[in-house]
Amino acid sequence: MPFIPNTDQQQQEMLKAIGLTMEGLFGDIPAELMAKSFDLPAGLSEQEVRSRLADLAGKNSVDLTLFLGGGFYDHFIPSAIYSIISRSEFYTAYTPYQPELSQGTLQAIYEYQSAICRLTDMEVSNASLYDGGTAMYEAMMMALRITGRNKVIIDDSVNPIYRVMIESYTRNLKIDLDETHCVNGLANRAEILGRLDDQTAAIIVQNPNFFGCIDDVTDLAEAAHAKGALLIVSCYPISLGILKTPGAMGADIVTGEGQSLGMPMSFGGPYLGFMAARKQHVRRMPGRVVGETTDREGRRAFVLTLQAREQHIRRDKATSNICSNEALCALTALVYLSLLGKEGLKETAQRCADKASYAYQRLTAIPDVQPHFRAKWFFNEFVLDLPCEAADVIAKLIEKGFAAGFPLSRYYEGMENSMLICVTEKRTKQEIGMLAEALESVL
Amino acid sequence: MKLLFEKSVPERRGVALGPSDVPTTININEELLRGRSAALPELSELDVVRHFTELSRRNFGVDTNFYPLGSCTMKYNPKVAERIAAYPGFAHLHPLLPQLRMGGMLTQGALAILYDMDLLLREITGMAGFTMQPMAGAHGELTGMMIMAAYHRDRGNGKSIILAPDSAHGTNPASAAIAGYRVVTVPSDANGVMGIEALKKELCEDVAGVMLTCPNTLGLFNPHIREICDLIHSVDGLAYYDGANLNAIVGKARPGDFGFDIVHINLHKTCATPHGGGGPGAGPVGVGEKLVPFLPVSIVVKRDDGTYALEYDRPKSIGYVAPFYGNFGIVLRAYVYILMLGAEGLARVAENAVLNANYIRCKLKGYYQPAVDTVCKHECVFSTTEAMAKQGIHALDVAKALIDRGFHPPTVYFPTIVKEAMMVEPTETESKETLDAFIAAMIEIAELAERDPEQLKAAPVTTCVSRPNETAAAKNLNIASLSS
Repeated sequence: MPFIPNTDQQQQEMLKAIGLTMEGLFGDIPAELMAKSFDLPAGLSEQEVRSRLADLAGKNSVDLTLFLGGGFYDHFIPSAIYSIISRSEFYTAYTPYQPELSQGTLQAIYEYQSAICRLTDMEVSNASLYDGGTAMYEAMMMALRITGRNKVIIDDSVNPIYRVMIESYTRNLKIDLDETHCVNGLANRAEILGRLDDQTAAIIVQNPNFFGCIDDVTDLAEAAHAKGALLIVSCYPISLGILKTPGAMGADIVTGEGQSLGMPMSFGGPYLGFMAARKQHVRRMPGRVVGETTDREGRRAFVLTLQAREQHIRRDKATSNICSNEALCALTALVYLSLLGKEGLKETAQRCADKASYAYQRLTAIPDVQPHFRAKWFFNEFVLDLPCEAADVIAKLIEKGFAAGFPLSRYYEGMENSMLICVTEKRTKQEIGMLAEALESVL
Repeated sequence: MKLLFEKSVPERRGVALGPSDVPTTININEELLRGRSAALPELSELDVVRHFTELSRRNFGVDTNFYPLGSCTMKYNPKVAERIAAYPGFAHLHPLLPQLRMGGMLTQGALAILYDMDLLLREITGMAGFTMQPMAGAHGELTGMMIMAAYHRDRGNGKSIILAPDSAHGTNPASAAIAGYRVVTVPSDANGVMGIEALKKELCEDVAGVMLTCPNTLGLFNPHIREICDLIHSVDGLAYYDGANLNAIVGKARPGDFGFDIVHINLHKTCATPHGGGGPGAGPVGVGEKLVPFLPVSIVVKRDDGTYALEYDRPKSIGYVAPFYGNFGIVLRAYVYILMLGAEGLARVAENAVLNANYIRCKLKGYYQPAVDTVCKHECVFSTTEAMAKQGIHALDVAKALIDRGFHPPTVYFPTIVKEAMMVEPTETESKETLDAFIAAMIEIAELAERDPEQLKAAPVTTCVSRPNETAAAKNLNIASLSS
C-alpha cells in the first residue's frame, strides 16, 4: 500500500503487543456506525495518476496571452524561488510550536513581517492571512474591535470580489456596511465624507483601485482620524515598487493580495493575504506574529509571540479564529522580494507601468475605443470603452489567442461596453501590438 | 544568524530584468510616487539561496525527522503531488477565466477535478455536497457556522448558542463567536468524551448547534455520538463535525452516518498535503441534503453534454468565503492522494494510524500517565507522572529532551483538560522501527527524570538555540526590522 510502511508481519507483532485484533482497535465505534462499503475507485499507481492528471492539465487553456488581471496577476517568477520553497525542511514542517526546531520558519516569518512593513511603510505586520479578501475582512473586524463602533464605509472601486466576500462574512453580524460609488475612477469623496460620522469604524479603499486608477487617499485618512475612525487601504504590492505608500498616506491598517510576489495563479490559490498596521494596534491584530528575543545563552532567537490574542488561548474571545497562516506563501513572497531587491522591485513596477502606458496608447488609437475614466493616472490596468458589448469582444479575442481583459458588466451596472485591461512586465511590445490588431479586427 | 537585511550590500543585484522593449514614459504624477525606494535587501541570487538554505537547516520537517505532533497529523507528503501541482496546465491557470463568456470551456480540466473531488469527499464522509472554498480547517469551521446561521435564518429560528466540549480545539469556540454565536462549554464525562447528561443540561430551544471533533482531542471515539446528534436535532439544532481527526476513521466510518449535518476536512491532515510551516492548507466543507442550498457560490456542476460549469445562481447561498474556488493547488494535491490510495488504501490509512497510536500507548503506559487507559484512535495523550513532578520535571522538559534525541516533540499542554499533557500522533506513514526508537527515547527520558533530572532541564543542547525567552519577546516587542 503506498505510503504505509508497516508490513503484515509487523502489524501482527504490534497487535500482539497491544493485545487486540485490528477489528478490536475499532471496537469502540458502535457496529451500526461502521460503513458497509465505500463506492470509491481502486487506487492508481504513480504512473497512472500522472498520466491522468497530465490529460486534465491539458484541458486547461494556459497558452492564451494574458491581459487579464483584476487583482490576480501573471508576473515573472524567478527560478530560485521554486528551488528554495521546494526545500522540504520548509514545506513539510508545521506551525513553529517548538522554536528550537523551527528557527528557519520563524526567522523567515520575522523577515517577511519586516519586508511587508518596509514595502507599505507601516510599523507592524502579522505572519500572513489566507488571501487579500479575507485579509480585508479581518482588517474590518479589527477596526470594529479597536473603535467599538459598528459602521463601515467601503467604496465600490474596491475589488468587487472582496466586496462580495465582506458582504457574505457580515450577514450574520450587526454591522452597518455602507457602499459608496466611485466618480471618475476615484473613491467618492463627497459620498464618503457625507456618511462619515462618529459611529464609523473604518473607511475601506483600494489603491491602485480595481480599475487600475491611482489615488492619494491622505485626505481620507485625515477625515477618518478627525472622526475617530480608521482608514483601511488594500494595495497591490508590486505597485509599491514606485507608488506612494499607504503608510505615507496615513493608513491605519494595510492589507492586500500577495500572489503577485512570486506565486503562480494556480486557479485561485493558494495565495497570500498580508496585513500591516500601526504599532498601537498590534494587540488587536489577528493572526500569528513572530518576535525576536534571546535564548538562555543570550543568542538571537525567534518565537511566536502575542499568543494571548489567539484562539488556542483565548478561545471565543480571540481576535480571530485563524489558527495558521500561509507560511509557505509568505516565504515565497519574502524570497521574491529578496531576489528582486530594492532596485529590482522598483524596475519591475516601472516596467509594468511603462508597458501598460504603451498598451493604453496603442489601444486608444483604435477608432471608437475610448478610455472610460477621466482619472489621469493608472498603474498597470486601465478601463476601455468599446463600441459594442465587451463580453462579446473578449469572447472573440479568446479565439485569437488572447485573454484580452475582464468585462466589467459582471460587477458594475452600466458598464456593458467596458473592459479592464492588465499589462504586466511579462507582456512584450509585440504581444501588445498583436492585441491591438486583433481588437481592431473584431470591432 | 544575521537577517537578510543585515547582509545587504548597496547596489548588489539579484534578478536582472533585461532591457525594455517599450519607451519609459513618466506617466504618473510625481506626487503619487513613493519618496524613496522600499528598503528591501540588496543581494545576489547566491546570497539569497545561501541564506534560505541555511534557514532551512534550522528546521525539522516530516522529511527530516519523526514529527508526532498530536492533532496536526504530520504524515508523509507524497512527492508526486508536488510535481503535478506544478504542471503548467494547473499552475498558470488564471482564476478569472471561467467568468469570461464561454470561459468555463477554457478550464475544463480544473473544473473536472473540483467536481470529481466533491463526489469523492461526499462518499468518504457521507455528506450530500461540498464546497472547496475554505482555505484552512478554521476557515471551514467559520464557513460551517455561516451555513448554520443561514439555515436558522431561513427557518426563522432566533437561536444564539453553540455548544462545544471542553476538549475542543480553540478554533471551535473562536469560529462560532466570530460568526455571531455565544459559546457554551459542555464538560467531558469521566471517560473523556461529551456525555449525554451534560449535554441535556445545556440543551434548550436557543441552541443552534453543537461542534464536535470525533474522535476527540484525547483520541477517543464518542460511543454516544449518534444520540448526541439526535438530541441536537430534537431542538432543530445542527451537528457540526470538526474533521481534524477524520484520518482516524477514513475508509471505515462516515460522519454523515453518525448524524452530522456539516463536516469540514483538513486536507493537509487526512489527505497528506504539506503543512508548509503553517499553511497553506484547505478545509472543504460538506453538508447534508437540507443544507446544500446554503453552500457558498460558485459550485461546479456537470451538464448533460458531459462538460463542467460553474453555477452562481443559488439564492439561499451564504455567498463567497474565498475569492474563487479555494486553495485549488492544495485540493489538487489531495485529489492525487485519494486517487492513489483508493478505497482500500484509505481504510489502511485509518488502520495503521490507529495501530501505531495504540502501540505507543501500550508501550509507554508503564512510564507515563495515560490520560485515559482505553483503546484510542489516531492519537494518545499522556501526562508526566507524580514521581516526575517531584523532580520538577514537566511535559516541556520531556519535549525538549526528545529534541536532543532527534524527534519532534508531541503537542504539549493540549488538550487543556489534561494536566501536563503530551499528545502523540504517530500517523500511518511511520514504521514500527521508527516508533520503537521513539518509545526507547521516551523510556530513557522517563528514567532520566528519576536519575538525572538536571540533564532534562538543560535540554535541548543540540540545537542552534535553546529555550528562547518568550516572556521577553512579548514584553520587549520586536516583530519587524524597520529601515532607519
